[in-house]
Amino acid sequence: MFSFDLLVDAVVFGLLLGCFYTAVSIGLSVSFGLLDVPHIAHPAFVVLGAYGTYLLGTWGLDPILSGLALMPLFFLFGILVYRFYYETFEKRGGEAGVRGLAFFFGVAFIVEVGLILAFGVDQRMVEANYIGKSVTIADMRIPLRLVVAFAMAIILTVLLTLYLSKTFTGRAIKAVAQDEPALRLMGANPVRIKQWAFGIATAVAALAGALLIIVGPVEPGMGRLYIGRTFCVVVLAGLGSMSGTLAAGIILGVSESIVLTLFGASWAPAVSFGLLLVMLGLRPQGLFGR
Amino acid sequence: MNERSWTFWVGAAAVLGLALLAAFTVKNEYFFFAAYVVLQFVVLATAWNILGGYAGYVNFGTSAFFGVGAYIAVMMIKAVNAPLGLQILAAAAVGGVMGVSCGLLTLRLRGIFFSIATVAVAIILETVINNWRFVGGATGVQILRPPVMEPFDSYTKMIFVVAALLAILAVATARYIQTSWIGRGLRAIRDNEEAAECAGVPTLKLKLLACAVSGALMGAIGAPLAMYQSFVEPASAFNLNYSVSALAMPIIGGTSHWIGPVIGAVLLGSVQQIVTVTITSELNVMVVGVLLVVFVVGAPDGIVGLFNKYWKRRRGAGGKP
Repeated sequence: MFSFDLLVDAVVFGLLLGCFYTAVSIGLSVSFGLLDVPHIAHPAFVVLGAYGTYLLGTWGLDPILSGLALMPLFFLFGILVYRFYYETFEKRGGEAGVRGLAFFFGVAFIVEVGLILAFGVDQRMVEANYIGKSVTIADMRIPLRLVVAFAMAIILTVLLTLYLSKTFTGRAIKAVAQDEPALRLMGANPVRIKQWAFGIATAVAALAGALLIIVGPVEPGMGRLYIGRTFCVVVLAGLGSMSGTLAAGIILGVSESIVLTLFGASWAPAVSFGLLLVMLGLRPQGLFGR
Repeated sequence: MNERSWTFWVGAAAVLGLALLAAFTVKNEYFFFAAYVVLQFVVLATAWNILGGYAGYVNFGTSAFFGVGAYIAVMMIKAVNAPLGLQILAAAAVGGVMGVSCGLLTLRLRGIFFSIATVAVAIILETVINNWRFVGGATGVQILRPPVMEPFDSYTKMIFVVAALLAILAVATARYIQTSWIGRGLRAIRDNEEAAECAGVPTLKLKLLACAVSGALMGAIGAPLAMYQSFVEPASAFNLNYSVSALAMPIIGGTSHWIGPVIGAVLLGSVQQIVTVTITSELNVMVVGVLLVVFVVGAPDGIVGLFNKYWKRRRGAGGKP
């Protein structure tokens, strides 16, 4: 019944899937991991990006180009969302926790239902010449769409890591995460830096949305499932570590793919949430925590 | 019993009396069908508020407790054909135990981690039920309603009265917690957990107690769902819409007082029913989401807070807060 080949297949598939999960989660790794914003609407923004890609796709634009084209728009959107969040919650301090959470939960639902009202509950997908084809490497059929997602995820992670460690603004974002009062004492404006970082996180979500619709058909309710996957990856990674996010994404992808092979697809949603629960119970600071 | 307690219990008796009166006079079955949903939300919102409003721990997993309640009822019906009262008791017990165990696992975590963990519990339980053939799996399970008991002439009416009883029980429990030392302790946790711990408040014990009570009430109101719909499936019993409603209603009504969730649930529940009937059921989730965001941003103390502010202004600075 169970063979070694099957396991190898599962691991390779999981590796590719895991890189895709990394791409979907890396925006959250910035907004929640570094900035401590309880951004539970992140998966909803990713789905929004997927629908944006779908819309541009109906005009014949390539999904990845659409994702890139959506990034500036999402960047501005992210800046607005953070500004609003800051003015209404963070600035007043106090009970921001409960209300901030409720706020983002509400935003996630508004996005989801807005998409249902606009597009209906049907699944949507895009056309591109790399979707539906597969490559064969050593007797293994690997869908090309996953390879595309894999490559994009690696590029994204490398770029973000470089950005955060090499550029001035990137280092400033890390500084905000480490010690905000100190940054303020140095004469910098932490709010403007956080706003910028949240914009980047949201822009990355747009590209992740494009990957989401490349990897498979998309429906408005999908964000709910990805709450588990994205937060699992970010918590597993240890808040705010970019290379950790890649490693955590791969761990999740491989575990999900093995469970998929052994027990069937209906158990898949429990993997990410289960891993997340175990992680929160045993080691809340994550594997590669700061 | 002081004067305020008397007023409360007279009010509760009046509500129950009205429910019974309605059950024997109103002919339109749909009225009970809709009123049941509103009462169900009164219980869910009140239960959520015990942990979320008083202690400041945001539970996104209301649907987990609610769904488990419904499925406990299904199991009891399938295994021993238990009557409704027993189903509710069992569901409450399991909900309470689940509350404590979730609490033990996650209450060391603060803020968003606790909330995410509760979502996780909801999705994991849904997946388990999805894969469990005995209770119908993903396709759901059909339940045959037993013959209706004597004074009532229809099952919907009976279940409506049961929901009214549960609602009164939930509100009375919340009110007791709010006015007793438990409520003071929970508020201390919400305002500053470290300070409360240092001042000798048994924070973990209180949080576990709140989790247990909240979980038991959510489980209890989940149980009649099986009979109410005479059909249960995981996707609807564990629907996250219950979670967002149970969270939105207290926040819209006001989280600091027991009446807040009741106001929120009655208001929002009725609006939802009207929107579902006249427009679409998608739009009612939209209404909840939009109102939640509007209130969280514009009126953080909910309708009760707005009312208090207005009252204060009218009476001048010396008015009751």
